[in-house]
Amino acid sequence: MDAVFDFLAPVGLNETNFQFMLIAAILGCSIYVTLYGGMFSLANAGFMAIGTYVSVVLTQRYDWPFVPAIIAGMVAGGLIAIIVGLPVLRLSDIYLAIATIGFGEVVVVLIRNFDRIYEEIFDKKIEITGGGKGIKNIPVTTDTLHLIIFLLIVVYFLYRMQHSRFGRALAAIRQDETVAANLGINVVYYKNVAFIIGAMIAAGAGGLSGHLNRVIEPDDYDFDRAVDILTYAVLGGTTFFIGPVVGGMVLRYLPELLRRLKVLSFVGSIVGRDLTNEQAAVDGIINGIVLILFIVYLPGGLADPQLWKSLYRRLRPNNTQKGAP
Amino acid sequence: MNLRTLFYVLSAIFLGFLIPYLIATYLFNKEVLSPEQQLANAMWRGSIYSLFALGYALIFSILGLLNLAHSSVFMWGGYIGLMSVLKLDMPIWVAMPVGMIGGGLVAVSVDVIAFMPLRRRNAPRISQLISSIGASVILLSLATLIFSSTPKRFPQDSIDALPGTADKPLTWLLDNANVRITPIQIAIFVIPIVLMFLLEYMVNSLKIGKAMRVVAFNQRIARLLSINVGNIFAFTFFLSGVLAGAAGVLQGLAFNSMTPYMGATVALKGLTVIVLGGLGNIRGAVVGGFLVANIEIMSIALGYGWLSDAVVFSSLFLILLVRPQGLLGESGKMRA
Repeated sequence: MDAVFDFLAPVGLNETNFQFMLIAAILGCSIYVTLYGGMFSLANAGFMAIGTYVSVVLTQRYDWPFVPAIIAGMVAGGLIAIIVGLPVLRLSDIYLAIATIGFGEVVVVLIRNFDRIYEEIFDKKIEITGGGKGIKNIPVTTDTLHLIIFLLIVVYFLYRMQHSRFGRALAAIRQDETVAANLGINVVYYKNVAFIIGAMIAAGAGGLSGHLNRVIEPDDYDFDRAVDILTYAVLGGTTFFIGPVVGGMVLRYLPELLRRLKVLSFVGSIVGRDLTNEQAAVDGIINGIVLILFIVYLPGGLADPQLWKSLYRRLRPNNTQKGAP
Repeated sequence: MNLRTLFYVLSAIFLGFLIPYLIATYLFNKEVLSPEQQLANAMWRGSIYSLFALGYALIFSILGLLNLAHSSVFMWGGYIGLMSVLKLDMPIWVAMPVGMIGGGLVAVSVDVIAFMPLRRRNAPRISQLISSIGASVILLSLATLIFSSTPKRFPQDSIDALPGTADKPLTWLLDNANVRITPIQIAIFVIPIVLMFLLEYMVNSLKIGKAMRVVAFNQRIARLLSINVGNIFAFTFFLSGVLAGAAGVLQGLAFNSMTPYMGATVALKGLTVIVLGGLGNIRGAVVGGFLVANIEIMSIALGYGWLSDAVVFSSLFLILLVRPQGLLGESGKMRA
C-alpha cells in the first residue's frame, strides 16, 4: 500500500486524502439509492451525523469495540429513517428536499444541545455529545482497508440492485409514480426501503469518518454537507452504479490537485495580488466553476456509459469512418 | 393597494404572535417576558425574512426552480450597499437603492451563468439546483476575496443621518411594560412592506407583471402571445435580486455587523418561509416570514434560544405533513 502512495505523492494523493475520497464515494452511494428512486432527499447529512455520533459516543464513552459501534450507528440511522421516512416520503420534489433539509438542521441542533436537553429534563449533568465543541481526541481506528471493504459491499449492492426486482421497481417509480403503482409496485414500501438503505449507508460512512477525523463537531453535518453529498452523486451520474463513486472521488480530490498544481500563485499572478492566505476562497471559486461546467457540459454525469461509449467510438484507432472524405 | 394583502400581513403578524404566546402561557405555563417587545422584534425581523423569501417565491413561481444562490445575492446586495457608504461616502438612502440594483445585477449574472445554459437544454430541475449551488459557492468565495471575511459595519454617522432621532429609541409605555423601538427598526419594518405592495401592484396591474404571470402559467402560450420569455426570466431574476439586496442592506443595518457568511443563516429560514406560505405564492411568502420570525422570537423569549432553529424546522415539518402545499398554497398544483 505504501509503495502505491509513494508513487502517487507527486499528484497530491496520500493515504489520508485517499481515505477521505473513499468516504466521499460512500456518501455519494448513499444518496444514489434515493435518487435512483426519484426521491430528492437531502437528509443524508443528518443520517451521517447520527451514525457518527452514535458510533463515536459508543466507542469513546462506553468503550464499545469498533465494528459493533459502527453497526450500531448504522442501525440507529436506519431506525430513525423508518420514523422520518414514513411521513416525509409522502412529499415529492422540492417539498421533499426542503423537508429533509429541515430534518438535517433539527438533527444538528439536537446533537449540539443534547446534553443541555438532558439536563433540562432529568436535572442531571452529563456529557455525551459535548455540545458545540464536539468530541475531541478520538483515536484513529478506521483503516483504509475498512473503507475499501465497506465501499466494495456498497458498490456490489448497487451493482446488483440495477437488475434486481428492487432496482427495477425504484426505476419505475422514478419514471412515473402513478404508472408504477398501477403496475402493482408497492410505491410506499419501495420508497421507504430505499430511504432506509440510503440512511444506513450514510450512517456507516459517518461512523467510519468519525474514527478518522480525531474531532467531530455538530457543524460538520449542516446544510453544506448535505449539498456536498448531493453534488457527489449528481456529478458522477445518477443512473449508473459507478457514478457516485467516481463523482465523490473526483470532487474530493479536486482541491488537492489544485493545491498541487500551484493554481493559487498562478491566479495570484494574473490578478496581481498575493493570495497565499486566500486558499479557501480561490478553491471555492474554482470548485464552483467546475461544478457549473460539469453540470452544463456533462448532463449524464462523469460516469455516464453513453458518454464514454461515444468518446471511445470517436477516438478508436481503427475508426471505420476514418476513410470518409 | 390590495387590502386583502394587508389583511393577510396583519393577521400573520398577530396570529403568528398570539398562537405561540398562548401555547407558551397555557401549555407550558411559562411567562413571556414583555410580550409587546417580542411582538415589536418579530415585526421587523419578520419583515426582513419576508422580503428575502419573496425573491425565492418570485423565481419559483415564474421559473419553477429553487435558486439556492439567492442567499449569496442577498449578501452581495448588502455588501454593495455597505461599500457605497464606506468607500463612496453615499448617504444611506442612496446606498440602499444602489445595493438593491447591485443585487439585481448580481442575480441576473447568476441567471446568465448558472441557469441559461441549462434552460436551453431543458435540463432536469435537480441539475439546475446544483448549478445554482455552484454559482452560490463562486459568489461567496469572491466576496471573501474582495471584502475579506472580517465583520464590517455601517458607520454610526450614516445611520444617524436617517430621519428621526437616532440612538434615542422611541420608548413609550404600554400598560406597565416598556417597548424599545429604534427608528431604524421602524424603517426596517416599513420599507419591506412598501416594497411588497409595489411588487404586488406590479405583478397584478402592470403590463410586465401580467406578462410574468403568463410565463408562469405556460411558456408556450407566452411565446404565442409574443412575450419575450427570456427577457421576462431576466427581469424576474433582477426583481428577486433587488428584493434580496434590500433585505441584505436592512439586515446589515439591523444587526450592524456583516460578514460574507451572513447569507447562510437566512438561506434556510427563507426556504422555511416559502414552504410555510406555499411555494411560489407571493402572499404566502409574506405571511410565512412573519410566522417564522414570531416562532423564533417566541422561543428566544421563553429562554430556549438555543433551540430556536429546531423549533422553526420542526414546525415546518409538522405543517408539511398536515398541508403539503403550504398554508396558503393551492392544493394539487405543484405536487406529483
